[in-house]
Amino acid sequence: MTQSDQPLSEWTNKAYRRARWEQMFVHYLFLAISSVTILTTIGIIATLAIESQHFFSHVTFGEFLTGTKWEPLFEPKKFGVLPILWGTMMIAFGACVIAVPIGVGIALYLSEYAHPKVRATLKPLIELLAGIPSVVFGYFAVTIITPFLQRFLPSTEVFNAASAALTVGIMIIPVVASLSEDAFRSVPQSMRDAGYALGATPFEVNLRVVIPAAVSGIMASVILAFARAIGETMAVSLAAGSSPNLTLNFLEPIQTMTGFIVQVSMGDVQHGSIEYQSLFAVAGMLFIVTMIFNNLARKVVTKMKQAYE
Amino acid sequence: MINLDFYSAASAKSNHPLLDQRGNLGTRKLKSYFFAFMCFFATVSVIGLIAYLILDTFLQGGAWINADFFTNFASRMPDKSGIKAALFGTIWLLGITALFSIPVGVISGIYLEELMKRGFFHKFISVNVSNLAGVPSVVYGIFGLAFFVRMLGFERSLLSGALTLSLMSLPVIIISTREAIAAVPSSIKMGALAMGATKWQTARDHIFPTALPGILTGVILALSRAIGETAPLIILGAVSFIAFVPEGWNDGYTALPMQIYTWVSKPQEDFHQLAAATIIVLLGVLLVANSIAIFIRIRSRKVKL
Repeated sequence: MTQSDQPLSEWTNKAYRRARWEQMFVHYLFLAISSVTILTTIGIIATLAIESQHFFSHVTFGEFLTGTKWEPLFEPKKFGVLPILWGTMMIAFGACVIAVPIGVGIALYLSEYAHPKVRATLKPLIELLAGIPSVVFGYFAVTIITPFLQRFLPSTEVFNAASAALTVGIMIIPVVASLSEDAFRSVPQSMRDAGYALGATPFEVNLRVVIPAAVSGIMASVILAFARAIGETMAVSLAAGSSPNLTLNFLEPIQTMTGFIVQVSMGDVQHGSIEYQSLFAVAGMLFIVTMIFNNLARKVVTKMKQAYE
Repeated sequence: MINLDFYSAASAKSNHPLLDQRGNLGTRKLKSYFFAFMCFFATVSVIGLIAYLILDTFLQGGAWINADFFTNFASRMPDKSGIKAALFGTIWLLGITALFSIPVGVISGIYLEELMKRGFFHKFISVNVSNLAGVPSVVYGIFGLAFFVRMLGFERSLLSGALTLSLMSLPVIIISTREAIAAVPSSIKMGALAMGATKWQTARDHIFPTALPGILTGVILALSRAIGETAPLIILGAVSFIAFVPEGWNDGYTALPMQIYTWVSKPQEDFHQLAAATIIVLLGVLLVANSIAIFIRIRSRKVKL
C-alpha cells in the first residue's frame, strides 16, 4: 500500500485531508437532508395561508370568527367557525376532565407506590396504549361506549359528544400518565423525606409536597394532552357525528374541526370550490391552536427543568 | 421547646401547611390508604378497560377471520368481503414510507445531535422538529392534498399517501434517533476523537453502530404509528372500495385503517364485525412490530452487559 513507498507523514497528511474533505461533503449533504423538516413547516404554512386567503376573499374574517352557523354544504352557505370550534373545545375539555385525574392518579401510583418491578412492567404497558390507532378507538366508541351510555342515559343519541369525549379521554390518559410520572420522579427524594420527618402521611406528602413540586410537569402533560385531544380525528368523527351544534348537552351530536375536515374529504370536493378552501381555513385554525398549546407546554417544561437543575 | 407529640399538636393547632390536617392520626392514615388504593384502582381499571375492549373486539371479529377474509376484496355483501386490497395497500404504504422516512429521519437525527454546530440555527431546527411532532395528522393530510396530490400532480396514488405519512413520521424518527445517540456513553465519542478521527468518522464508525438498537426501536415505533393513521389517507382520497391490488406507486389504494373506518361507519352489525376482524389483523401487525422493538431493546441491553 501507499504506506510502504511514501513517508508516513505524507500518508497521514493525505488521509487527514481526505477525511476533512469527506467531513465537509457530508456536512453539506446532511444539512440539505435535515432542511426537509424546515421545508415541511414552510410548505404547511404556505399552503394553509394561500388557500385560506382564497377562502377569506369570499367570507370575511369577522364572519368566520364570530358567525354562529356552520353550514358549508347547503345553500345559503354559512361559514361561522364557532360551532365546530365549540365542538372541538367541548370534546377536548370533556376528555381532560376524564383523563387528568385518572392520568395523574396512575402517575402517582407508578412513581410513589408501585414496586419498581411492577412499575417496570406497567409503564411500558400504559405507553403501549398510546400506540393503539385512533380509528380502533373510533370502533370502541361506536360499538361499545355509545351503547353503554344509551343503556344508562336513554336520551343519548346515536352520535353524541359524551361518547367521543369519553373515548378521547381514554386515548389521552397515557400522555398525562407518562409525562406526569416523569415529573413526579424528578422531585428530589429529600423533599419527601422532609415531609415524612414532619410526621405527614404518604397522602399528605403526595398532596402537599410531591404534587406542588411537580405541578409544572403536570401542567405540561395536561396542555399536551389537550392539544392531542384537539387534533384527534377518527374517534371523534365516528362517535360525535357531523352536526355543527352550539350546545352544552353532551348527549347531542356535534361536530369538531377535525370531524368537518373528514366529512368534506369523504365527499367529492371540487378543487377550487369554497368547500375545498374552507378545509384550509379550518386546518389553519387547527394548526395555530395546537401550535400555541405545544409551545406553551414546552415553555412550562423548560421552566420545570430549570427549577431542579 | 421540643414537642415530641407532634401528631396531636398538629391536630390541635399548627401553622405548618403540611400538618394542619383535621382529625386524628387514625383518620389521616385511613385517608392515606384510601388515596393509595384509588391510585392503584385507576391504574388497574384503565388497563382492565382496554383489555376488555380488545377482548370484546376479538370475540366480535374472531369468527370472521379465515382464508377468504385475506383473499377477498371488500364487497357490498359482508359474507364475501375481505381485506386483500387493504392489506396490500398497507404493505405498500409501509414500504414506501420506510424508504423515504428512515434515511431522511435517521440522517437528520445524526446531523442534529452529532455534527451540527450548536447555535441559533441548530436551536431553530430543533424547535421546529418538536413543533412538527405536535401538528395533528389531519393538517399533514391537508398539506399532502395541496402539495402532493394537486401541485406535484401525484393524484390519489400510493406515492402521495406514503410521502405524507413520511413527513408525518419524520419528527418522531428524528427525535428518537437523537435520544438514542445522546444515550451513547461519551467515552466512546471522546476515545474516537482523541485518536484523531473527524466528527463524521466518529459518528459513522462508533456512535451510529452503538446507537443502532435505540434508533431501530424508534423507527419501528414511528412506522407502526404511521400505518395506523387514517385521517391523512381519507383527506388524500384513499378509496374505500377497491377491487385490485396496487402494482406500483402510481396506483390507487386503500389501507387497513381506512377499511376499518369504512366498515365502522356503516350501520349494519355485520360490517361492524368485519371491522372488528380487520382491527384484529391491524393490532396483530402492530403487536409484531412492537415485539420486534422490545426484542431489539432487550438484546442490546444484554450485549452491553
